[in-house]
Amino acid sequence: MNAGLPLLSLVIWVPIAAGVAVLATGSDRNAGLARVLALIGAVAGLVVSLPLYTQFDAAQAGMQFVEISPWIETFKITYHLGVDGISMLFILLTSFTTVLVVLAGWKVIEKRVAQYMAAFLIMSGLMNGVFAALDGILFYVFWEAMLIPMFLAIGVWGGPNRVYAAVKFFLYTLLGSLLMLVAFIYLYSKSGTFEILDFHRLPLSMTEQVLIFFAFFMAFAVKVPMWPVHTWLPDAHVEAPTGGSVVLAAIMLKVGAYGFLRFSLPIAPDASHALSGFIITLSLIAVVYIGLVALVQADMKKLIAYSSISHMGFVTLGIFIFNTYGLEGALVQMVSHGFISAAMFLCVGVLYDRMHSRQIADYGGVANRMPIFAAFFMLFAMANSGLPATSGFVGEFMVIMGSIKANFWYAFLAATTLIFGAAYTLWMVKRVVFGAVANEHVEQLKDISPREFLVLGLLAVAVLGMGLYPLPFTEVMHQSVSNLLSHVAQSKI
Amino acid sequence: MIIAMPNLTPALPEIFVLIMASSILVLDLFLSGKDRFISYALTQLTLLGAAWITVTTSTPDVVSTFGGLFVDDVLADVLKLMTYIAVSVMLIYSRNYTHLRGLFNGDFFVLVLFALLGMMVMISASHFLSLYLGLELLSLSLYSLVALQRDSAQATEAAMKYFVLGALASGLLLYGMSMIYGATGSLELAKVAEVIQQGAASRTLLVFGLVFVIAGLAFKLGAVPFHMWVPDVYHGAPTAVTLFVGSAPKIAAFAFVLRLLVQGLPSLVHDWQGMLMILAVLSMAIGNLTAIAQTNIKRMLAYSTISHMGFLLLGFLSGSLNGYSSSMFYVLTYVLMTLGTFGMVMLLSRKGFEAENLDDFKGLNQRNPWYAFLMLLLMFSMAGVPPTVGFYAKLSVLQAALQAGFVWLVVFAVLMSVIGAFYYLRIIKLMYFDAPLDQEAIAPQPDMTTLLSLNGLTVLALGILPQPLMALCAYSIQHSLL
Repeated sequence: MNAGLPLLSLVIWVPIAAGVAVLATGSDRNAGLARVLALIGAVAGLVVSLPLYTQFDAAQAGMQFVEISPWIETFKITYHLGVDGISMLFILLTSFTTVLVVLAGWKVIEKRVAQYMAAFLIMSGLMNGVFAALDGILFYVFWEAMLIPMFLAIGVWGGPNRVYAAVKFFLYTLLGSLLMLVAFIYLYSKSGTFEILDFHRLPLSMTEQVLIFFAFFMAFAVKVPMWPVHTWLPDAHVEAPTGGSVVLAAIMLKVGAYGFLRFSLPIAPDASHALSGFIITLSLIAVVYIGLVALVQADMKKLIAYSSISHMGFVTLGIFIFNTYGLEGALVQMVSHGFISAAMFLCVGVLYDRMHSRQIADYGGVANRMPIFAAFFMLFAMANSGLPATSGFVGEFMVIMGSIKANFWYAFLAATTLIFGAAYTLWMVKRVVFGAVANEHVEQLKDISPREFLVLGLLAVAVLGMGLYPLPFTEVMHQSVSNLLSHVAQSKI
Repeated sequence: MIIAMPNLTPALPEIFVLIMASSILVLDLFLSGKDRFISYALTQLTLLGAAWITVTTSTPDVVSTFGGLFVDDVLADVLKLMTYIAVSVMLIYSRNYTHLRGLFNGDFFVLVLFALLGMMVMISASHFLSLYLGLELLSLSLYSLVALQRDSAQATEAAMKYFVLGALASGLLLYGMSMIYGATGSLELAKVAEVIQQGAASRTLLVFGLVFVIAGLAFKLGAVPFHMWVPDVYHGAPTAVTLFVGSAPKIAAFAFVLRLLVQGLPSLVHDWQGMLMILAVLSMAIGNLTAIAQTNIKRMLAYSTISHMGFLLLGFLSGSLNGYSSSMFYVLTYVLMTLGTFGMVMLLSRKGFEAENLDDFKGLNQRNPWYAFLMLLLMFSMAGVPPTVGFYAKLSVLQAALQAGFVWLVVFAVLMSVIGAFYYLRIIKLMYFDAPLDQEAIAPQPDMTTLLSLNGLTVLALGILPQPLMALCAYSIQHSLL
């Protein structure tokens, strides 16, 4: 069923090559060329990733589109790529988001255009690499390398406090990742290989598992981010340019949750079971407490950032209740949150480009001047609060169903998000969009351009499509999820 | 009595360098002003010739000559070749810099060649005497190189400190060697190892001697607590000399440690392991923490060197072939990165202006995006972030240390490298996030710019495909240590 083309390599290297080509256009005199090249690169990246879905064999639980060749023989490190039902969707999501980011930055970014576009294209290839890598070191290389363009994106094109945010972002994630590296090296010294799938089969004592679990936890919890290691996220989101916020929320946070699924659970199943109460507690704190924190935010980007943390709490909750509903719900929630958070940040970006303010108080009555935009904003806000028929509902509902099976109180606390989520999102929308026109700046607003309409329209289709008919998403992941669950159910001791 | 002529073939590169250095010394007397370029060209030719001789006389076997004083093995050949490359690159980088400061003259080239000869002898030594001889030849040349800028008080002070502390360290080393000689009755590394193996030597005496030897070694490497000279010398010396002190001699120091501890004292591995561990931990901690507080890039890089030496020791103290080859990989990548970084510092300097403050890097991305990108690669590599070669250097030493069972040490090293990442990131921050202070155009120097680009890209290329260099290190270690 592999059509001969190394699809996964293409998915990784096409955007990176496009990024290098964009960089080669050099200074801002060629900005137009850089933009066109970047769009071509992003679309090409999306096109090469589509066959991953169309040619995917949903009946199979194992890795597909596998590519393997020796890379660093000294440490038996291989260039080993492959996707299963868990990782495949994220590659599509990444490639899709990259197109949106390029479009969203089309007009707004005026200085160092080539470097901006190149950073996001290269980042896209690297993130695809993270999802496709089946070798520990290969995974780690992509994982760390994707920090570099993001660091530069925040630091160069970010807001006033960007340097602090960029350095905090980098060091926070680096600390976590290096502990993961130690875990990898430890697993290598036990098994003599860096193959992730061999790590899955490696028997480990409980102490080893717990230590490895915490090493991974440090890396992934920071990325997700889980309470209490979430503090870098609001800073990074607020300071990042719109494109940066979109990629951070839509993809980078998912990388952490993906890590739990690919590493923590299968490599340390006994520790995962033993420590699930701990993770669930942190997740519920994120859902409830961070939801309340979001309620009091005065800055729109900060509000959405906290809302992201709260929604990601759902994902980690779904993962650690160990049943099909929870896990599939978590995956659906990850994809759906990828769409919704991207859309929310893009909406704020649309407003920010016009008004250069993110403060809720500076707005009011936007709907009078930007009716089309208001409709989109309302739709995404509804999706963010989990309205049925939007993708936001499906994931949350599945996770709540899953947690009812595990424990009624988990479900009860998790379900409060339906209230808090609606409260903070809709209240923000009410203050920004509805009411009388607040000031003369709002008075002068112009509605969205065709380019912005295209970007938000694509996301609206995705959000509604996934909400109305989630089967195409759940059916590809089903086999891999049940395979993972049966693997995790077996003790390794 | 007939004295047999020793086999000269293994030492041909050394003999060639010696003849050439002496010839250049004499020739330079007759050159003036613009003709100095002839000395420079001859120095480069010497390196090329030495490389050619080293390659053609190379054999996969271990050949010993001069009655066990001197050895030629794969390890020696590889390390010597790397040393030639490092010296040659250093000369190209510093051509314009030294020219503008009146240092582009015969003294500089001859001292560099004598230092090179010292390094070559250290690399090939298999006897306490030849080790010491090589080391002193290197050190004396370096002391004078640091003091080369005669009218600079800073340089003279640095040279003075270097000399006094260096002489003390040499004394310690000699004292330690004499203890070991007293215990084993031999100065030849192989014999020393044999006697200790048989258990015929007094252990107390050996360990006592070992302490002094390690102290001497630590001084030469610049490991804490024998690191005091490093920041002063790096800061005080002209940048061209700093580049030289920081690059090729580290390869020789690596060989020195390897010959002395691994070939000479393998049975004492448990004793020197513990001592190196203390040095490694202190170097990583103090090097990284102190580097944060620096505002001068040469001082910052000096402390960063100290922490890198701590990482280098991680490979040694794991006491396995795997560990030694990972240390070798580390030292070679370290030299590659150091060359590029100091090259960049020299590139940004011009007549009457030293780009040695961190702030001089501000806004480099706006002044010249390509140089900023090269520096970005070098800094990420120093910090050990993939996809640059610095990551694999850290990975391989950490892996070796973990395999030897030092889990806590590895976790400590990892925490220290996060701290290290902070000050490397600061340079990237200055280059990319800040506005330039200095608007002066960067003078184009075609030879240097090309080489610097190549240097930066090698850091990336080896980061994507590190296997060839890793295999080379593993091969030369396996074929030279038995």
